[in-house]
Amino acid sequence: MEVKIKSMKHEDFKNNEYIDNLVEQLRAGGTNVVVGKLDQLINWGISNSLWPFCFGTSCCAIEFMCLGAARYDMARFGFEVARNSPRQADYIMCQGTITYRMAPVLKRLYEQMAEPKYVIACGGCTVSGGPFKNSYCVVKGIDEIIPVDVYVPGCPPRPEAMFYGLMQLQRKIKVQKFFGGVNRKEKRKEFFEGLTAAPVEAETETPQAVENEKTEQ
Amino acid sequence: MATIQEQISNLCPAAQFDADGEFLLVTVPDAEWHALAVALKQELGFDYLMALVGVDWKEELGCMYYLSNSQTLDIIHVRVATADREQPRLHSVSDVWAVANYQEREVYDFFGIEFINHPDMRRFFLRNDWVGHPLRKDYDASPELNPLRLDDEQNEDDTYTLVEDEEGNVTRVDKKVFDDDEYVVNVGPQHPSTHGVMRYRASIEGEMVKKVDVVSGYIHRGIEKMCEDLTYPQTLLYPERLDYMSAHINRHCLCLCIEKALGLEVPHRAELIRMMMDELMRLSSHLLSYGCLTMDQGATTAFFYGFRERELIYDIFDKTCGARMSMSYMTIGGVVADVHPDFVADVRKACDQIEKALKEYHKLFTGNVIAVNRMTGVGILKQDDALSYAITGPSGRASGVHCDVRKTHPYSLYNEVEFDEIIEQGGDSMARYMVRMREMEESIKILRQACDMLEAEEGNEFVAPKVPKIIKLPKGHWYQQVEASRGTFGVYLESDGEGKPFQHPYRLHFQSPCFNLVGIVDLTCKDNLIADLITITASIDYVIPDIDR
Amino acid sequence: MFDFSVVTGWIDNFLTNTCGMAPWLTTTIECVLVAVCLLLMYTVLAMFYIMYERWVCAWFQCRRGPLRVGPWGLFQIFADVIKMLIKEVITLWGTDKFLHKLAPYFVIVASMLVFACLPWGKGLQAIDFNVGIFFMMAASSLGVVGILLAGWSSNSKYTLIGAMRSGAQMISYELSIGLAMLTIVCLAGTMSVNGLVEAQSDTWFIFKGHVPAFIAFVIYVIAATAETNRGPFDLPEAEHELTAGYHTEYSGIHFGFFYLAEYLNLFIVSGIAALLFLGGWQPLHVIGWDGFNAAMDYIPSSLWFLGKAIFVSFIIIWFKWSFPRVRIDQMLALEWRYLMPIGLVNLVVMAVLVSYKLYFGN
Repeated sequence: MEVKIKSMKHEDFKNNEYIDNLVEQLRAGGTNVVVGKLDQLINWGISNSLWPFCFGTSCCAIEFMCLGAARYDMARFGFEVARNSPRQADYIMCQGTITYRMAPVLKRLYEQMAEPKYVIACGGCTVSGGPFKNSYCVVKGIDEIIPVDVYVPGCPPRPEAMFYGLMQLQRKIKVQKFFGGVNRKEKRKEFFEGLTAAPVEAETETPQAVENEKTEQ
Repeated sequence: MATIQEQISNLCPAAQFDADGEFLLVTVPDAEWHALAVALKQELGFDYLMALVGVDWKEELGCMYYLSNSQTLDIIHVRVATADREQPRLHSVSDVWAVANYQEREVYDFFGIEFINHPDMRRFFLRNDWVGHPLRKDYDASPELNPLRLDDEQNEDDTYTLVEDEEGNVTRVDKKVFDDDEYVVNVGPQHPSTHGVMRYRASIEGEMVKKVDVVSGYIHRGIEKMCEDLTYPQTLLYPERLDYMSAHINRHCLCLCIEKALGLEVPHRAELIRMMMDELMRLSSHLLSYGCLTMDQGATTAFFYGFRERELIYDIFDKTCGARMSMSYMTIGGVVADVHPDFVADVRKACDQIEKALKEYHKLFTGNVIAVNRMTGVGILKQDDALSYAITGPSGRASGVHCDVRKTHPYSLYNEVEFDEIIEQGGDSMARYMVRMREMEESIKILRQACDMLEAEEGNEFVAPKVPKIIKLPKGHWYQQVEASRGTFGVYLESDGEGKPFQHPYRLHFQSPCFNLVGIVDLTCKDNLIADLITITASIDYVIPDIDR
Repeated sequence: MFDFSVVTGWIDNFLTNTCGMAPWLTTTIECVLVAVCLLLMYTVLAMFYIMYERWVCAWFQCRRGPLRVGPWGLFQIFADVIKMLIKEVITLWGTDKFLHKLAPYFVIVASMLVFACLPWGKGLQAIDFNVGIFFMMAASSLGVVGILLAGWSSNSKYTLIGAMRSGAQMISYELSIGLAMLTIVCLAGTMSVNGLVEAQSDTWFIFKGHVPAFIAFVIYVIAATAETNRGPFDLPEAEHELTAGYHTEYSGIHFGFFYLAEYLNLFIVSGIAALLFLGGWQPLHVIGWDGFNAAMDYIPSSLWFLGKAIFVSFIIIWFKWSFPRVRIDQMLALEWRYLMPIGLVNLVVMAVLVSYKLYFGN
């Protein structure tokens, strides 16, 4: 089954095979008609109303501003309602290097966001550490701290690339299952458990995690 | 220079001199440094501390102080060092030049040198629980010592001062940054109007700001340390990522510094192209700061207008350099490639359009009664303070400081073009804003002249013909400064001259303008409202990665 | 002009006479019907207003605005609503949960109460009582309680500052609104909403009361903008100072309520402006031009009302997107030093005008 979105032609995406496989796997068990249609409606809603959380640490943030400005105008797709409070945003587009000092802040911001939430790693620094990979205090890709949905490489990525990333996120949302299916929350739990299990974090992480859970309740 | 040397040797007989380098080098023992510093400022008029560079000379740890006289424009530099590597201590000069306050904290963070009589000895960039001092040559970089910690950093309210009594005994006095009964509001690190990941802790009474504590380092990327493992052409990558709004200019500065060390002559045409790129960058940067200032005051539409014109400049960069930001266009000896055939026409068109748009901006925002009321008389920075805090660029010139490096120490081809140095006397947010608006007109003027010059230029050289393939610098140190869009950007480059196959800089320090700018936040925001904190910081206009490096 | 009381009368007649229901039952059914209609109206208008503002603002900023979701971006708002409905509502730890949840309802109920009193067209009004405009003022000031609650119960310094600003601002500007309203009440001689509209059947008050009425209109628009917390008076949620002000900690549908109420309040103040100054649902009549007046009468009264409200909203949106934000002390100074004294003098002038019959028309 092809995952289509209105704003971009299907054949223009570079990773159709991957998404098609994903859809096949997800739909293998078959879906109830009513639930399936509801799912589609909800996913249509989420994917067309992605409100960004303004989170720019360096150069990519300027390109993100260009994305909102007249020439690129992400308002066309309904992405323009940038929220400054993480509680009201739908996705966090992490633009710019994350350092060791910033990492706990980013994690906390992510935890403060309301479900459903998505993460786009935008720019080389967030994907892998980019040109600062060898530094003593730069996180080598934000997927070390929070789960990432879409990666947009570039230093900084052009606004077109950011759009491509956003369209990919829309497609990803279109194939998700809101009712049943693989639960994002559980997956995320696994992700964070994996982090805690890592030997380095073992000691420092635990008390904080407990506190964070309390805050989230 | 001889007179300065004589005067200094009268003041401090223990000083040693070396006049071989580009500037007079004075080496002073630490015990006499503070007295000399006071005399230098008061008697010889060295009122502007251009740069404070911490260096690890292996057997010694110490600092290089680049001083300038704002009237005569003389530059000297002073070397102060200590041989004690276990507990290195130097005397603070933060009471002489206020800018040294944060600079010394930076040196403490990187080298572990404690400054005696410094009012607030805390780390500046790294986490409070960081182990070691990364720029020391004996730093243990193993990730086990400093892992990625995901626990929240505790607010560091504890600080201390090393107080020296008259006999020279140094005692540690513990202090608190904020008292328990102060109402401290945390602004940042993730806040829409700190323009990045800056964090202020503001103590407020009602809505009145009483004290601002700057917590920086949320985007400290350790660029200076990384550069020590790279070859010279490779280091060119990083200055662009400091202040990304003056990418060309910063890179230009490092290129100039390496060229100076190499003694390399750059073709006239190449230098011209570089200068045009610098001015385009400055235009783009000032347009952005116009946009951000208006946006921070709530006039969102003006912000979009600024971005509309910036796209024109982006297009020019895109055509010639192949990228919209982080262009990596300049190189040692010139530029990477020749300009696009449409370059001159595009620049002229952009100049015309921006000139027209500037009128529109003034109509939309400058004359607006709310904007005038919010900016006039707010966040005043006096001329003395501007000098003491080493505030340069538009913010310095708004306080009446004559600090445009393009005029004071002309580099590139700036003495071949005609333009005015914009100086305002108000020192308030409005003056800073107006300096930027008027500077854009000057940039347009320079660009138009440069277009004519480029058309008249014969030949098509864009890079020096004899750039060595492997760049090796002799032993020595060099300092180069340029006028970046937010102030004076300086590069300190030290080479140990060892003939390794690929030579690395021994120490590369970027003296970024924004680092100094953040020093005046507390000074200018005190006794203003929270809302003014936002306008003032927006009008000071710093870029966070430039502060944190 | 079509009188909607024919329709309402027919429904009433149908229920009581044709179906033979008891009067209490009829009243209950009618109340429910009216409530459902108003709620529907409320949602539809809020959705329209959100899109309206996004398009107008895009237009000011040389952008296109939402246009990809559905034809001309019409379905954008439905996507937003669906998303908002399924978004997680975060409960904070260490706050007063009851007050925290109560606050958004306070805000939305206050705006609904005022909304219900607006005259939608000839004979199309939920209730008409003799202190109608007075009731509107009273009900609309309930919203500030919700905002204060929201700021206080969120247990955050930002929200608290936002809420306090909002409290100071709304209470101050309520005075100016009141004075502007009084000026018109003085001219009309009635507080009843219907009476106000009927009094403008020949000329609108803004023309009838010429200078003082126009001054009152300007004061009203400024004060109303402040009352709805919109730019340049958007200090309570000043994005660049307080992240999102009093609703920083709200997510999901609770945030949605604030968001809806904000836009609806814009409609409400524009509606009241239309009612007080621009003749409510009365068509534009020029004394003496009978042909023109007859032509104007063909346009349905509801359209007139909506059109006027949307026009006033356009003005308010216009200056929201053009002006920078004022500072708290400037905002209070504007009210107490300028608007209120001017308003008071204006009221006296209007009283003199009315006593000596110096206004236009009869």
